[in-house]
Amino acid sequence: MLFSLPLMALDAPQLAGRINDQAGMLTPETKQRLEHKLEAFERETSNQIAVLTIPSLQGDDIDPFSIRVAEAWKLGQKGKDNGVLLVLAQAERKVRIEVGMGLQGVLPDITAGKIIRETMRPHLKSGNFNQGITVAVDSIIAATKGEFKGSGEPTPKHAAKKSSSSFITFFIIAAVTAAVLGYFSRYLGGAAGAVGLPLASFIAFPGMGLFTLFLLAAAGLIGGFLLSMLVSGILGGSGWGGGFYGGGLGGGFYGGGGSSGSGGDSFSGGGGDFDGGGSSDDY
Amino acid sequence: MNRLITAFAAILLLTLLSGCGYNSMQANEEAVSAAWGNVESSYQRRADLIPNLVEVVKGYATHEAETLKAVTEARAKVGSMQVSKDVLNNPENMKKFQQAQGELSGSLSRLMVVVEKYPDLKANQNFLDLQKQLEGTENRINVARERYNKTVQIFNTSIRTFPNSMTNSLFLHLQRKEPFKADDAAKVAPKVKF
Repeated sequence: MLFSLPLMALDAPQLAGRINDQAGMLTPETKQRLEHKLEAFERETSNQIAVLTIPSLQGDDIDPFSIRVAEAWKLGQKGKDNGVLLVLAQAERKVRIEVGMGLQGVLPDITAGKIIRETMRPHLKSGNFNQGITVAVDSIIAATKGEFKGSGEPTPKHAAKKSSSSFITFFIIAAVTAAVLGYFSRYLGGAAGAVGLPLASFIAFPGMGLFTLFLLAAAGLIGGFLLSMLVSGILGGSGWGGGFYGGGLGGGFYGGGGSSGSGGDSFSGGGGDFDGGGSSDDY
Repeated sequence: MNRLITAFAAILLLTLLSGCGYNSMQANEEAVSAAWGNVESSYQRRADLIPNLVEVVKGYATHEAETLKAVTEARAKVGSMQVSKDVLNNPENMKKFQQAQGELSGSLSRLMVVVEKYPDLKANQNFLDLQKQLEGTENRINVARERYNKTVQIFNTSIRTFPNSMTNSLFLHLQRKEPFKADDAAKVAPKVKF
């Protein structure tokens, strides 16, 4: 168990619901039953449990693979870190329970190990995957029940990280472009602002409504004009004729417009964190 | 020509206004320290498991006194190391730290090989629990090291690129941090004597 580099690293698959049965080990009825159970559990406790079965690890180890999947899927709520991922690799006959940091108090490595060894393994060894995975899910639910409280609502999609810092970058680029163009022509500056500001906002906060973008275009137009005035004034360009005066730039829209409504039933991770805790075993 | 110069001046001014990395370099350094904290605590977690493990194995593996002694000594060496923050900047100290931890890893894997000879021990509940905990800890160590190396990469890149490199040499004087290298011990297979 020394620090080693994997020969091949299998990519984390896309999250496609709470039960991701890529190896086809479960019947549709079991999948549905588990999905409902886990959805209700999330409403009740905000804990996010997901299951992934894959046909083969393709040379990778289950431990680094599982943490990669958990990091990509971000199970559990941001701050609470209450996610659990159950992974089964069919060809290699390996199973792992990856536990988020917030649930390691009630589901430590030993307990995860016991769940695999004592409740899951007998069923898995005899090929009864429906039963094996169901009892594992039930045990994980039982262990993690009292720890967190949910809001009773489906949890919202977790906001894109870095949206404010990317907005600042694009805003600066738009402002610089407007300033430079504005030095040569006020109208170009205004045009740059009218294009740049909504573009910057849209890239940073995708899903803005058309009306919001239109308002931003108008603000950008005014801002671009004013910026070009400022630049000409400071740098002493040759007179371009009368016009508007006024200080200030169009204000930064750091709040951003509201995003368009997200899909109703789709499951997505809440931004929870993992540190490698959990347990793996063969079956 | 004049216009071009002034346009360039405007661009430069706006770039400088974004701070030239003064804040971001410091934030990156803090991220490295935080990641290092996780590395240290996961190694500590492993060290804390050793005494129990030695006790349990001792009860069954009566002829393995030497292997157990090696584990205990390796743990003591790790425990006695003074690890201060300058390990991050100093390649020599980092190497020593990695080496000591690598020796503990080596002695532990030799112990696990030896344990295979004792089926009673392998069936013992305490031992199984400790083994699970040890595996969990080794995984945490791997994850913590990988994440630490990522923060080091981000930090080292941020102090080298322009214009941050200027800000660093003029004001901050932050030094390059050391990442974890692959363990030497991993390349040597443990020898088992029967």
